[in-house]
Amino acid sequence: MDIKATVIDREGLNRTITRLAHEILERNKGSKNLVLIGMRTRGEFLAKRIQQKIKEIDGSDTNLGVLDTTLYRDDFRTRLKQPEVSVTEIKFDLTEKDIILIDDVLYTGRSTRSALDALMDMGRPNTIQLCVLVDRGHREMPIKADFVGKNIPTSINEEVKVKMTEIDDEDAVYLVDNSKSN
Amino acid sequence: MPLSSRHLLGLAGVPKEDIQLILDTAVTFREVLERPIKKVPTLQGKTVVNLFFENSTRTRISFELAQKRLSADTVNFSTSTSSTKKGETFKDTVRNIEAMKIDMIVVRHQSAGVPQFLTQISNAHIINAGDGRHEHPTQALLDMYSIKERLGKLAGLKVCIVGDVAHSRVALSNIFGLKAMGADVSVCGPPTLIPKGIESIGVKVIHDIDKAIAEHDVLNVLRIQLERKAGSSIPTTREYHNYFGITADRIEKNNKDVVILHPGPINRGVEISSEVADGPYQVILDQVTNGVAIRMAVLYLLGTMNN
Repeated sequence: MDIKATVIDREGLNRTITRLAHEILERNKGSKNLVLIGMRTRGEFLAKRIQQKIKEIDGSDTNLGVLDTTLYRDDFRTRLKQPEVSVTEIKFDLTEKDIILIDDVLYTGRSTRSALDALMDMGRPNTIQLCVLVDRGHREMPIKADFVGKNIPTSINEEVKVKMTEIDDEDAVYLVDNSKSN
Repeated sequence: MPLSSRHLLGLAGVPKEDIQLILDTAVTFREVLERPIKKVPTLQGKTVVNLFFENSTRTRISFELAQKRLSADTVNFSTSTSSTKKGETFKDTVRNIEAMKIDMIVVRHQSAGVPQFLTQISNAHIINAGDGRHEHPTQALLDMYSIKERLGKLAGLKVCIVGDVAHSRVALSNIFGLKAMGADVSVCGPPTLIPKGIESIGVKVIHDIDKAIAEHDVLNVLRIQLERKAGSSIPTTREYHNYFGITADRIEKNNKDVVILHPGPINRGVEISSEVADGPYQVILDQVTNGVAIRMAVLYLLGTMNN
C-alpha cells in the first residue's frame, strides 16, 4: 500500500462522526422516525458509531440494520471474481421511516444504486438519505450524498482506504496511490 | 471464492470447502425468504430449464421458486407433454432446448448418470435434482443445512439414515456430504433394504432401531419407496412399522433429544408415525423452507460463475 496522505486521523474521525450525527438530527428534527442502515462492511461500523453518538446527544436508541447489496449488483456479467454474499440484517419495518443509508466511501454511485433497490424491496420508506464518510467524486450515476464527512478530490488511479478499529488496526482514512502497482 | 465445479451432479468427491460455501451462501437467501418482497434481481437475464422426467412436487416447486426469487427466466419441461412422447431421443430433445440459448438445466431422471451425460452434450450448468438411485445433492445439502440450523454444527455429529437405503438417492448424497463435513454416518434398516457392501464407503450398519435412536444425534428417516418395488423387500408395511417405524414411544424411551429429518413425501404410519411427523423432534417443514434457500444458493453460485 503506497500511502500518499493521511486524510483523516483518529481524532478527526471521531469529530467527523460527531458532526455527522448532529447534522442528521438537525435535518430530521430529532431521531424519532430515524433508522440507520449501514452498508457492509465498514458502513456497518460507521452506522454503529453514529448510533452511539445519537444516543449521547439525545438519549434515544435508534434502530440499526445492516445491508448487504451483493445480490443487487450490476456487475455479475463483467466481473472476473465472484463476489461473496453476506447476510442482510434488518429486523424492523422500513415503511414510512426516514432511512439514513450509511457507507464509507462514495465513488461511482453504483453500490448506492444497488442499496436503493434493495431497500425499496423491503418496504416503502418516507425518505432515504445518504450519509458517507468520504466523497471522492467520479460519479457514474445521478447520486448525491446528503451528509458528507469529507470531500476528497481524487484521481482515478488513487484509492481511498478507510480503516476502522472494529476490523482494522486503527482509525484513519488514507489516500493511496495505485498507479505504480498497476 | 467460487465453487470448484461448474455443475452440481452429486456430492461424491465434492470438497468440504464447496459444501461449506453453499451452506454459508444459503444463510443469505434464507434471510431473503423472510422479506415482504421475496425476490432479488441477481439472475436477471439468465434462463433456466427444469427438465423433469420423473414426478416431483417438492423439488420441482422448490427449484422453480428459487429461480423466480432470483429473477431468472424459467421454462418447465415434463415428459408427459413433450415430444419425447413422439419418439424424439433424449439427446435431440436436449440439443434443441440448448439451441434456444439457455444458461442452466435442472434435471431429474429415473436413470442414474443422466446429469453426467448432459454435461457432455450441453454447455449449460447442470444441476442434478435426482437421478435414479444415484444422487440427489440439493436434498442432502438442505438436510445438512437443517441439521446445522438446529444443532449448530455438523462436524462430530452422529447421524443415522434410517429405512429404505437401497432405493434411495437421498441416502447416498447424505452419506457423501455428511462425511465430507466431518459427521459420523450410519445406516439402519432391514438387511433387504441395506445395500451389500455399503460399509466400504465408510458407514456403520445397524439393524436395531432402538439402538439407532439411542446412539445418534440425528435420524434422517427415508421413505419406503413402494414405487421402486421396495414392497418386495419387506413382508408388509405394517410389519416394517413394527420393527423400524419411528414412533414417539421409541423416541421417549431411547433419546428425547434426537432430531428427526424426513425428505418427504411421508408415508404416515409406515416409516414414521404421525405423532413424530408432526411432533417437536422433527424439522421436516423447516427442511422444505431451507430447500428453497439451498437451491437459490446453488443457482446463484453456478449462475454468476465466470465460464
